[in-house]
Amino acid sequence: MTITMQTNRIDQAFSDNSRELLNVYFTAGYPNIDDTASILEYLSSAGADIIEIGMPFSDPVADGPTIQESNMQALDNGMTISLLFKQLEGIRNKVDVPIVLMGYVNPVVQYGIEAFCEKCQEVGVDGLILPDLPMHDYLKNFKQIFDSYGLYNIFLITPQTSEARIKEIDDNSAGFIYMVSSASITGAKKGISEDQERYFNRVNALGLRNPRMIGFGISNRATFLKACEYANGAIIGSAFINLLKDSNDLKGDITRFIQDIKGINN
Amino acid sequence: MKTLEKYKVDEHGYYGKFGGAYIPEMLYPNVEELRENYLKIIESPDFLDQFHSLLKDYVGRPTPLYFAERLSEKYGAKIFLKREDLCHTGAHKVNNTIGQIILAKKLNKKRIIAETGAGQHGVATATVCALMGLPCTVYMGEIDMERQKPNVERMRILGTEVKAAKSGSKTLKDATNEAMRHWINNPVDTHYIIGSVVGPHPFPDMIARFQSVISEEIKWQLKEHTGKENPNYVMACVGGGSNAAGAFYHYLDNEDVHLVAVEAAGLGNDTGKSAATTQLGKEGVLHGSKTILMQTPDGQVVEPYSISAGLDYPGIGPIHAHLFDSGRGTFHSVTDEEAMTAGIELSRLEGIIPAIESAHAFAALSKMSLKPNDTVVINLSGRGDKDLETYIKWGKY
Repeated sequence: MTITMQTNRIDQAFSDNSRELLNVYFTAGYPNIDDTASILEYLSSAGADIIEIGMPFSDPVADGPTIQESNMQALDNGMTISLLFKQLEGIRNKVDVPIVLMGYVNPVVQYGIEAFCEKCQEVGVDGLILPDLPMHDYLKNFKQIFDSYGLYNIFLITPQTSEARIKEIDDNSAGFIYMVSSASITGAKKGISEDQERYFNRVNALGLRNPRMIGFGISNRATFLKACEYANGAIIGSAFINLLKDSNDLKGDITRFIQDIKGINN
Repeated sequence: MKTLEKYKVDEHGYYGKFGGAYIPEMLYPNVEELRENYLKIIESPDFLDQFHSLLKDYVGRPTPLYFAERLSEKYGAKIFLKREDLCHTGAHKVNNTIGQIILAKKLNKKRIIAETGAGQHGVATATVCALMGLPCTVYMGEIDMERQKPNVERMRILGTEVKAAKSGSKTLKDATNEAMRHWINNPVDTHYIIGSVVGPHPFPDMIARFQSVISEEIKWQLKEHTGKENPNYVMACVGGGSNAAGAFYHYLDNEDVHLVAVEAAGLGNDTGKSAATTQLGKEGVLHGSKTILMQTPDGQVVEPYSISAGLDYPGIGPIHAHLFDSGRGTFHSVTDEEAMTAGIELSRLEGIIPAIESAHAFAALSKMSLKPNDTVVINLSGRGDKDLETYIKWGKY
């Protein structure tokens, strides 16, 4: 078998120095177990630039109530990593948007790191966000495998992350750096304060080699545009999960939501 | 010269392959601040003075090492009880909270958070926060709050705010998740007092060091009793494993001393209602450390069961995972029935009603082949007052 190593789709998304990139998070298997692939397609055709699919976990400590509930619901629905890979089979015939899987380290380790990465490559996943995977463990046990399957590992930084550590993260990152906007779990705070602006400016002044996406607290066009002033784009999670929770028309609601945030006129 | 310490934490925060700090970046600065400072602080003369004087005058240490004559007769060995049940607040938990509250003060922290299952660690934390005048919030699973109402009220009397953890299974593991989330949201001025030898490095090591006062005392007390400081066996119950870590600590690298850890088998290890982590779990990552974990094949954490609220935790401290994995420790598991029977037996033979957690350690006596000259130390980690209702419900006495 020959595998053509093509450019990672995440790099393509950032290639023309694009600004105002929109990354949308949703939980696999939520609200209904079979919604994963449809939500992905609706997001892609509505104009999302990167899609982050959450792999549900029983104990998501970095997440606030909205995403926790979506994780519990997805697990109750019977969601697993194996099932997610089945749902993503053939998705690359339909969408070209970069796909990032986000989840906690334990389910991935139980699946088997190598088998997991192999499946990621097979279905066309481009990157991974595992917030509780420490850097030294990543470098020692994961990096080589991720690299061999063309997967980017995306790290988080926060307002409390020291300059030296940000540089270390930048050195070991690929794709983009996930800039957590405030000291908080997901969905906890709204809007962007002056303190946060100072933090964004401080990070921008470091001259990092990786692009940045701002996440946590982004919920509408105003906060999205504000975040985009300081980074290549922004990530929306909890606000989108809330939309899914109350939706009777996934396609219509998702399309309107994404186009509102991106300022696309119908 | 330092002796080889195979069973203590290494410089990277691991016990063998277990331990480490598997935490999101949002927690990294908090944990890193602690890692950089904990040894410097807790080994300083100033800290040690305050720690030992509070343990003596406030907690009531040293706790007695008591020769249990009638129990010894029954099991055909010389059995000593380390009376942690006589500590202020009724269990060993306070050794750790005293240490951590002094540390929090030295780190200039203004607020304290903690998780609790049965409420013993919550009460021990609320107690030291009252003592030091620091505001305290304790997270407790909504279901546990129902099951352990007196401890909820004890915490409130002590001035602590008790917050219900309403996520997930609404028990100890979810209370721990909520406490971690609180810490993420309040990274600068808050210290998180974890109650067992779990969590990201340096918590397991720091807490084991605070609890190690137990085996430090056992050594000289046993020498007073028998002329020798080493017993043949040290026995303790294990949920997360803080009392066992304390009772084993100064014997870890003395392989003549058998370390016996007793887990809760609930209704039995084959019933789906058990908390015997080493028997039912496998390697995994929870609450910041790599350890042995009860989980589904998909890596979702399983809710354990034991009649003892202090033992129904799906993981185990990484130090114990290493003791199990390396064969250094012997692990038994005993059912609700066996533990309750042992609790009644201790009450009748020695006039001591043990906490149901501690009763598990006693229930393992009948599973061992003891010889008349064997010296056994059992860590009696807590008293049974809090469990009266469970004893009454169980009824067979």
